Parts: sequence; structure tokens; C-alpha cells
Amino acid sequence: MESEIKTDNRFVVPIGPQHPALKEPGHFEFDVDGEVVTGASIRLGFVHRGIEKLAEQRNYIQDLYLFERICGICSHIHATAFAVAVEKLAGVVVPPRAQAIRTIVAELERIHSHMLWLGVAAHEGGFDTLFMYSWRDRETVMDLLETIAGNRVNYSANLIGGVKFDIDDSQRDAILRGIDFLDQRARYYLKVVESDETFLGRTRGVGKMTRGEAEILGAVGPTARASGVARDVRLEAPYIGYADYPVVLVLDDRGDLEARFSVRILELFESFRLIREILSRMPKGELSTRVPRRIPEGEIVLRVEAPRGELYYYVKSNGSEMPERVKVRTPSLCNWASVASLAVGHKLADMPMLLAGIDPCFSCNDRLVTLRRQDTAQTMTWEDLRQYGIQYYRGKRVCP
Amino acid sequence: MSAMEHERTVDVECPTVWQKALMALKTWARVNSPWVIHFNSGSCNGCDIEILATLTPRYDLERIGVKLQGSPRHADILICTGPVTRQARERLLRTYAQMPEPKFVVAVGSCGLSGGVFHGSYNIVGGIDEVLPVDAYIPGCPPRPEAIIYGVATLLESLKNKQEKG
Repeated sequence: MESEIKTDNRFVVPIGPQHPALKEPGHFEFDVDGEVVTGASIRLGFVHRGIEKLAEQRNYIQDLYLFERICGICSHIHATAFAVAVEKLAGVVVPPRAQAIRTIVAELERIHSHMLWLGVAAHEGGFDTLFMYSWRDRETVMDLLETIAGNRVNYSANLIGGVKFDIDDSQRDAILRGIDFLDQRARYYLKVVESDETFLGRTRGVGKMTRGEAEILGAVGPTARASGVARDVRLEAPYIGYADYPVVLVLDDRGDLEARFSVRILELFESFRLIREILSRMPKGELSTRVPRRIPEGEIVLRVEAPRGELYYYVKSNGSEMPERVKVRTPSLCNWASVASLAVGHKLADMPMLLAGIDPCFSCNDRLVTLRRQDTAQTMTWEDLRQYGIQYYRGKRVCP
Repeated sequence: MSAMEHERTVDVECPTVWQKALMALKTWARVNSPWVIHFNSGSCNGCDIEILATLTPRYDLERIGVKLQGSPRHADILICTGPVTRQARERLLRTYAQMPEPKFVVAVGSCGLSGGVFHGSYNIVGGIDEVLPVDAYIPGCPPRPEAIIYGVATLLESLKNKQEKG
């Protein structure tokens, strides 16, 4: 955390981009009046890597691996979204067994992501014991992912047209055993976050967002569901295996941090149930189907439910081996608006918890967004952009 | 001046027994309690969660004295993940400049080594070694926690050996 700077009448506390609380670079400025935050601004973009532009220079198979590396935590869902979009463009039907395996990996990933979040959020609240507990237990699901995929983080489960690996009987038994253990542990975590007095002091009634606010601010995923917004792409527009194995929506209308904790933990139980159900009746058959290298001309919008909420892919094909345009909108970006408006009126000490409450993922959300209002479209050359950047940062204190 | 050169000149300039003993003591302390700082210069989070995993109960890097530190001014080792983006480059240099000598840089992951899958992008400078002198490279996408521990342990081992030779 950098030192505090006094400017005119505002007292601004700058945090980041390198700071001990969050592991990723993001810059925040909080205006404070004593202990109370009166304004918040967020500056993102440190992790912008130009992935969408890179994708236009590579073929569909290479892009699959590129999109998998947008985010290391929800890598599978990014690759799945892209693969499903390309498969729909190519008009191929993916074998049901492949879809079931994709769904299993997606749910295992959700379990790993939620447990990771539980630990990090508890750490932000100063509850390091829960952090260590949940990360210790998370190793179980990492082992399961490694058992079936061979890698702990970027599993590379997807091919365009199917999956790379099968789940055999011994792997199935290992997954079931692991899930039983995690089920037991998740019950304990639910008890902790709903009954530990000191922890409730940090979460109950903090960062309250009503259903109306959540809808206006465009919150997605567990953040929205904790405010009572029934929004889950797995139900609204089922993809991969979710049409055959429907999920049950987890809703909470309290809207505070406590609700966000309990929604995510209850979603763990839903994932356990879903994985058990898929494993009990796995369809038989092939793992992949042939897809031509050249994808027919067309465009497609695909939505999937990442662990953090709705993930949106737009793919445009021009009939060649490479996509003409790919646009990704990630859930973390949608949720930032809620943090910026919730921060006002809370104590500075609540900020790390509020930030962690939406489960931010900077590597996902560092991408360009333009709001186009009627005729405001404009074209900029590289030199114009450079000059704009220099002018933009000149007024900023924290940037060198 | 890189950390290695620094050590060497001190050794040549200070040949007395007491100063040698002092250097040995410093190295002993350094090897047994390195404090690390983690900087993400554009990583996808994959390496970051594996670095965090090394600090949690299963792998527990703290048992060999490694402590994750928030401030660069307290840190001995800078663990970098990800390719260096144009936005993060200045911050990376600044974080490195704030660390006290002697300091070491460990690059973690394929992207940190070469830019990896993002190589060739308009916003990527390249691997960590395009910007900072790197002392240890840990390959993998992402490297397993065991690999990260091995990399850090190898770096510490090399410090110890250098002291014994010197």
C-alpha cells in the first residue's frame, strides 16, 4: 500500500497496483472522510495483453489454447465457450459423452474456484485459519483435476469438436471419494461463515445491495444471486451438458457479504450433486468428432456461466482458418460497477472484503470496453492513441 | 549492478577474517529466511494461484523459512509471474528499485520466461528478463508447486555454494 497523499479538500488513499491484499495488479483510489469512504475510483488495465487481437492472427486450434490462458482460475470455461461457439459455426454435433466430460470438468473448476475464493476472502477479513483450511481442502479437487487432465491449472480438456480425455472407472471412483470428503468440509465452512461471531461482524449487513441495485448495476453470477436476482446461464440458455443435467438455482435475498459467502458455499453442494448425477449416468460413445480447419462464414454469440458469472463470447468467422473477430466480456468486469457504488459509506477497513466479495479476477477483466452513444464512433491511429495515453496519464499523480 | 557482482566486489575488497565471518553470517541468515514479494506483471493467474498454493498447508514453503512479504522494501526475492505488459513495466521496475540489495529475481511460468502464448502481442514487452536481470527461471504452464519450491531452493543453494567457494 502506498502512502497517503493530501490534495485540496479530498483525502485520497491510493492502493496498488502492487499491494499485499490482492495478488493481481489493480489500482484503486478511495476518497475518505476520517474512516468513511466517500468516493471510489478503479483503474484497471495492467494485465491487458491484447488477446482479442492476437486471436485474429492465429488459427482456431491455436486460439483455443490462447483463450484458455485469459484466466488461470476459470481456464476451462473460456476454452469451452470458444470451442462451443466454433462448433456451432461449423455445424458439428459433439458426442454426448464429450459434453458430459466438459460439464464434469466445468463443475470441478467451479468447486476449485469457489474454494479458492473462500480462502482469499477469509484472508481479506483477517481470518487466516479459514484461508489455510479451505486451501488445504482445495488440494483435493486439484488432485482430481490432475488425475483426469494431467495438469493442475490449465487442464486443456477441450478440442474443437470434443474432449481430449476420457474418465475411466478408477477416475470416477476417485472423483466420488474426493467429492464426499469436500461435501463434509463444505458443511463445516457453511457452519463457520454463518455462525462465527467475529467473522459475522465483518460480513453481516456489509456491502448490502438490493435486488433493484444489482439489476441496475448489471451484477452477474453469485454476486447477483446473493441479491436475489435469478440469473444463471446454465438454466437460461443451457449449453454443453446442462440441458441433460439441470442445475438448481441457489438464491439469497439478503444481498450482503454474508449472503455472498453462503451462496457460493451452497453452490458447492449443487456442483457436488451435479457431478454425482453425471457420473451415475454417463453417456457412452465417442469423445470427439471431426471439425474442418476452415470454419464457414458466420457470426455467433455464446454465453456460458463461469464461476464468477456470465461469460460472453462473440466469434465472427470469414470462412478462413482464423477468426475475423472475437470479443470476450468477462463476469468480473460486469461486477466492478457494484463495488464502486457499494464502497461509498463504508469504512476503509471494509474495502478489501468488499473487493473480494465480487471475486474479482483482473486477468479476466483487463480488456477494452467502449460505450458508444449514438454517433460517437471515432477512428484513432496508433500515434493518436499514444498521444491520448500521454495526455491521459499526465494529470494522474500515481503514475510515473 | 546485479546482486552477484555486488557480492563479488565486497569479497575482494574485504579480505579480513572478521569481514569474511560477517559475510558468512549474512549469507547464513539470508539463505535461511528469504522474504519474497510477488509481482504479477500480466499473468493469467495460473502461476499466482500456484505460488499461493506453495504457501498453504500441503506444500508450506514457510517451513524452509520463506515468507511472503507485502512491501518490496522488506523483500529479498522478487517472484514475477506473467509476460510484462506495457502498463505493468514501469511498476515492475519501480518495485525492483525499491528492494534492498542484494536482491534476486525469480521468473515463474512460461510467460515469464519468454512471453509464452502471448508472444507477439502489441501490449507485451516480452519475458521478465527483457526488463530485469533474472536469477532463476521456473518453467511450466503453470509450474507445479513442487517446481516452484525446487526453483527457490535451488536459488538458495547456489547462494550457499557461492559463499563456500568465496
